Amino acid sequence: MADSKVAPTPLLKDELDIVIPTIRNLEFLEQWRPYFQPYHLIIVQDGDPSKTIKVPEGFDYELYNRNDINRILGPKASCISFKDSACRCFGFMVSKKKYIFTIDDDCFVAKDPSGKEINALEQHVKNILSPSTPFFFNTLYDPYRDGADFVRGYPFSLREGVPTAVSHGLWLNIPDYDAPTQLVKPLERNTRYVDAVLTIPKGTLFPMCGMNLTFNRELIGPAMYFGLMGDGQPIGRYDDMWAGWCTKVICDHLGYGVKTGLPYIWHSKASNPFVNLKKEYKGIYWQEELIPFFQAVTLPKECTTVPKCYIELSKQVKAKLGKVDDYFNKLADAMVTWIEAWEELNLPAGKSAESTTANGPIPKK
Amino acid sequence: MSHSNIYIKDDEIDIVIGALRTDLTAFLNDWRPVFSRFHLIIVKDPDLKEELKIPEGFNVDIYTKSDIDRLVGSSSILFYGYSCRYFGFLVSRNKYIVSVDDDCFPAKDKDGSLVDIVAQHAANLTTPATPFFFNTLYDPYRKGADFVRGYPFSLRSGVQCALSCGLWLNLADYDAPTQALKPEQRNSRYVDAVLTVPARALMPMSGINIAFDRELVGPALFPALRLAGEGKLRWETMEDIWSGMCAKVVCDHLGFGVKSGLPYVWRTERGNAIDSLRKEWEGVKLMEEVVPFFQALRLKRTTVKAEDCVIEVAKEVKEQLGKVDPVFGRAAEAMVDWVRLWRAVGSSSS
Repeated sequence: MADSKVAPTPLLKDELDIVIPTIRNLEFLEQWRPYFQPYHLIIVQDGDPSKTIKVPEGFDYELYNRNDINRILGPKASCISFKDSACRCFGFMVSKKKYIFTIDDDCFVAKDPSGKEINALEQHVKNILSPSTPFFFNTLYDPYRDGADFVRGYPFSLREGVPTAVSHGLWLNIPDYDAPTQLVKPLERNTRYVDAVLTIPKGTLFPMCGMNLTFNRELIGPAMYFGLMGDGQPIGRYDDMWAGWCTKVICDHLGYGVKTGLPYIWHSKASNPFVNLKKEYKGIYWQEELIPFFQAVTLPKECTTVPKCYIELSKQVKAKLGKVDDYFNKLADAMVTWIEAWEELNLPAGKSAESTTANGPIPKK
Repeated sequence: MSHSNIYIKDDEIDIVIGALRTDLTAFLNDWRPVFSRFHLIIVKDPDLKEELKIPEGFNVDIYTKSDIDRLVGSSSILFYGYSCRYFGFLVSRNKYIVSVDDDCFPAKDKDGSLVDIVAQHAANLTTPATPFFFNTLYDPYRKGADFVRGYPFSLRSGVQCALSCGLWLNLADYDAPTQALKPEQRNSRYVDAVLTVPARALMPMSGINIAFDRELVGPALFPALRLAGEGKLRWETMEDIWSGMCAKVVCDHLGFGVKSGLPYVWRTERGNAIDSLRKEWEGVKLMEEVVPFFQALRLKRTTVKAEDCVIEVAKEVKEQLGKVDPVFGRAAEAMVDWVRLWRAVGSSSS
């Protein structure tokens, strides 16, 4: 049964890293300052590494550009996308924390219907620290929220829930539409504040957006690979989708939960739909093959860890999607490279971590 | 909200109310702005002795024990208590049914306007459902929403929605132990969403505020699971939960959608959760037995009609759950009986 006493949400400031991919600037951080300043930031600078990205004063951060990624990963750097926000997953890999919150640099603080600013990070922490309920749908949404509970008929044996691996937030203002929808509805804005968090049932896939996302790195980190996108790749804007489908399938297999809903951020920038269309074009018809693939994936019970699940998934990608396009053969290889790199960088405690020194200054607070 | 219903004609809808109390004056007067355009079917709980008190100005047909006895004859189905409403589903000749408990009143939405549950249920039922892939912006057919990036295009035409499950402000549909432990807890959160419950996801379908397409799933909503201690409070029943689990399996099998969320009703108090604790405990225990059964249940591909699905589910219930508790054997029998009744009485439409 859910606890109705309102205990303050822990900050988790020493257990959570904020990963931000950027190619332009980080001015948006000024608005987030009251919420983000207690945390360590990992900035992944995409694009031209000779450009200097200014980080607002007062933030504790490490910054990696393409040169750092190449230096740290060597030949394995090939799995990290260039000229695409997919590069953010490098930040996931080098983080040493238990939780990751990732946000795009065109996302700002939203307001709830009463006009109060939304502390998105706090809501993500609430979501990730409370259980999920993937085996039976609760019609009153997240039963662990203050003021809610399990409804009549909800089996008691399922009320403990399972650990939450992912908290997927949403966006007010510019919604996360694909290019065709953007072209047809250029003026549509998401103004509907839906005051709910809910667990996506086991066996159900969803389109995971990377703009406002938190996950438990210890539980699911290696599955959060954002694929091969951007420069030199035939596809873009499917990075987070790919990570989401792999993550969901693995969460379902291992018995972890994925939540979606609150918190909202304010998405300010509508990207150019014609540019998006070019990036997404292949994805739009490839996804017709991808969805049945992911829906049918079964992982053997010997796959008891995320890396094992992920490697197995990469084999199935190669076997079943390789014939759709050679891209998937490369992607399957990159998935393996990613896991190898992940395991190398995330050695057990006691081993040296010299190779992961960041390039940008790590200013003292 | 006050959008007019452009999808369904008024005369395609029946509002079915199971009357568990005799004086419906306040109830119907409060619902008048919403209900008065429609045909009402009120079924009086056979256990009630007095005449129903119904205010003027409604287009209503009332059914009582004698009607039930005459039409149903001998049957293993008992239409007492909350189950009386199913008789209304049986005799309806309209395509769509909206049904609410008689202790529910119109709620107000966030703008302070009266929630027109018929209009919202109608919108839910006449726009497609999307059970095969979860849309993170909820119902993509609502004004101001759409499918998000990454949603496969081939799945965007959706499937027919057969069932619309609304929610409750004030007294939410909690079970007795939950309500007894939190006697002050009231649901004040208005969640402005409708969403499709994904295929193969099970849910507890509350009968308090529902609507459905009678032509698609009429046979799959039935009074079958009767607790030994079943009473006149929702805390003392499981019949709707059982029916809903079966209906969801049938919908999943036939490729129909089930939506949950808006509209809200305002549900009021009746009875004491603590008094109901002992009675509902039986229902709580039974739910533990049924979850693995429903999770594993798969119907034959050759079963393509709702009534045949129900017969098949009943057979599985009898074989697999019959030995667990006699209440399931009786439920299976009632389900078969229901289909017989449906074929004899219920299957014609206007």
